[in-house]
Amino acid sequence: MIEFHLDTRAGVAPYLQIVHQVRRALKLGLLHEGDQLPTVKEVVTRIAINPNTVLKAYRELEHDGLVAARPGVGTFVTKTLTDPSLAAHGPLRQDLGRWLAKARRAGLDDESIEALFRDTFRSAREQGVA
Amino acid sequence: MIWLTWRQFRTQILVVAGVLAALAVVLIVTGPHLVSLSDAYLKSCHTDRDCGSTTNPVMGTDGKLESGLSDVLLIVPALIGIFWGAPLIARELETGTYRLGWTQSITRRRWLAVKLGVVGLASVVVAGLMSLMLTWWASPIDTANANRFGVAVFSLRDITPLGYAAFAFALGVTAGVLVRRTLPAMAGTLVVFVAARVAEATWVRPHLMSPVRATFPITTGNGIGFSLTPDGLQVMTNPPNIPNAWAITSEVVNNAGQSPTAAFMKSACPSLANGAQAGPAGGGVRHVRVPGNGPGPQAFQDCVTKVAAKYHEVVTYQPARRFWAFQGIETAIFVVLALLLAGFCFWWVRHRLS
Amino acid sequence: MSAVIDAKGLGKRYGRKWALTDCTLEIPSGHVVGLVGPNGAGKSTLLNLAVGLLVPTTGTIEVLGDRPAGSPEELGRVGFVAQDTPTYSGLSVADHLQLGAHLNPTWDRAMAESRIDQLGLDPHQKAGKLSGGQRAQLALTLAIAKRPELLILDEPVASLDPLARREFLQILMETVADQGVSVVLSSHLVADLERVCDYLVVLVGSHVQIAGPVDELLAEHHRLIGQRRDPATLPSNQEVIESSQTERQSTILIRTTAPILDPAWTVEEVGLEDLVLAYMGQAASAARRARPTLGLHK
Repeated sequence: MIEFHLDTRAGVAPYLQIVHQVRRALKLGLLHEGDQLPTVKEVVTRIAINPNTVLKAYRELEHDGLVAARPGVGTFVTKTLTDPSLAAHGPLRQDLGRWLAKARRAGLDDESIEALFRDTFRSAREQGVA
Repeated sequence: MIWLTWRQFRTQILVVAGVLAALAVVLIVTGPHLVSLSDAYLKSCHTDRDCGSTTNPVMGTDGKLESGLSDVLLIVPALIGIFWGAPLIARELETGTYRLGWTQSITRRRWLAVKLGVVGLASVVVAGLMSLMLTWWASPIDTANANRFGVAVFSLRDITPLGYAAFAFALGVTAGVLVRRTLPAMAGTLVVFVAARVAEATWVRPHLMSPVRATFPITTGNGIGFSLTPDGLQVMTNPPNIPNAWAITSEVVNNAGQSPTAAFMKSACPSLANGAQAGPAGGGVRHVRVPGNGPGPQAFQDCVTKVAAKYHEVVTYQPARRFWAFQGIETAIFVVLALLLAGFCFWWVRHRLS
Repeated sequence: MSAVIDAKGLGKRYGRKWALTDCTLEIPSGHVVGLVGPNGAGKSTLLNLAVGLLVPTTGTIEVLGDRPAGSPEELGRVGFVAQDTPTYSGLSVADHLQLGAHLNPTWDRAMAESRIDQLGLDPHQKAGKLSGGQRAQLALTLAIAKRPELLILDEPVASLDPLARREFLQILMETVADQGVSVVLSSHLVADLERVCDYLVVLVGSHVQIAGPVDELLAEHHRLIGQRRDPATLPSNQEVIESSQTERQSTILIRTTAPILDPAWTVEEVGLEDLVLAYMGQAASAARRARPTLGLHK
């Protein structure tokens, strides 16, 4: 069963954080079709957030067609997001690790690495590459 | 709410119940002895014609116990006011627990009514039981003393302690509600209660019904004495012993209502006026100083005769037959005061504590 | 949706000082409402008025459609945890549950006992010997077990350590999920409110500064960053809450429902804490302007 966490400093709305965490779990294959998401009560008892937040997140996921609510039973995954590219994750992860080591050797700290990645990612996306 | 009040009150009431039980044991054990002692004495007294209360054995042995117990009953209403009355509401206000009580599914009025009712009832019952036990136990002593109506005994027997307890309790609660702090409320309750009791006994009780006036001749049997003061020789009397009545004032006056002047005393009793005080041997006199070469009993007797020729003793008193009426009125006064205070508390808690 | 708290021109005065001034609020049901503001702003006063511990000086307040503490039934529908969570220090935990059972007809004994069990509290422990967090949990259990429609909590976690605070909020959220109860809780710690509240009321200097659902408020407030500019030149549909200038740059916090069209601005979202701080700052400077000066002349 997936466990959620809330990052209050992230600047992202709590319900969106939950949506993202579900999506990420689906992408990484941690959640499969038919798996049950934790109940609203379980989530709020665990991380002390407003139940409406969880409800909103589950509704959005349902709207996106990723989960379906079965009244009286729970909310279940209906579609996975694992893409065939999952196989490519391994080597990509290795490449990334090497790049990070290079950046460190060049003297970049956490903030600069993140800023560099974000900037590059953004401009690459604008150019239609990423 | 009754459960909660009981639960908060539990320890105190159990302790008091224990004390009352122990007291009951002591009284039950010593009581019959007292009765038999008194009976035997009175029997012998009828046959021997020796019935002075000072020779009654009940005065000696258990007299100390009686005065001790009377002292306890004297302070019981004050203790009730201080320890049961003052903290009742003040404690809740002080510690903030009233915020817990007033947000349960119960109105403020009911909360207060149950607290007042339960603890108030307990107060009256405790005082009543103590009074009952003491009155029963001390009955032989009181009969021997024949002083039931006197200031010392009147407030410590029968039903008056109930009135005092109710009043002291209500007073304590009121003080707590006004002051909102337990300790100052306790102190205030004590002061006001004592003042109220003293004021009532001194200025109100004597006038609940118009006192009866009686005139008595001046004889040596009335415990008469003379004392030499800077103003001259003065006559002193104890009020005559009217059994179970309450003597309030006594004066030595002539038919016109005047007291003996210093000049008269000097002319009537020259030896006494010049010498020291004297009185007949034996008890019943206030100032007894037998001088070495001073005037003896004959001079004293002459003086008494001279004074008695012109003056008599006027006593105001409440007769014995009014005893129960007074008990009832006195108790009623304090109960009414208690109810008024309770009503005030209700109003205050509902309207002013916001 | 009906209002759980409906206040109109509500005011409370102590002697000469107004603790709450002209408060008009309509708090809808089904929310966890955060009442936030600095100490002395009037939060406790407002909550105490809502549970009938205080009586208004001016205006009216209705809770669940009824006068606060107007009847035993109304009292049974509102659960309250006062500041510093008062409990009877001489009574045990079990005694407190008995208290609740005797004084509330709607008491759910099974729920209360399972809660105490779940919390690991010893029923025979005297309340005076409990830790701050445990006492707060006990007080919360007392408020919840009578199955109220509305829970009012006055700074319940202010004096708790972070773990106790988190546990308290966990139990509170579980109750909301379970029973659908509306909650109004006050705090001067915005971080706690961010995770649990979906409706916000900001109270500063005895006045309500702003009130509304959190996501609406966050959507309406933006931070504009750009070249130095006089805030007065902004379009009239943009309400300036706070602005600061450096030599070259202006940072202005605005509230608007219209889209921001000026390309010269970098528009950022505002977090809840910054939003609350902005309103607190605005009220503080307004109060300073209103205060008479000492008359020191240079």
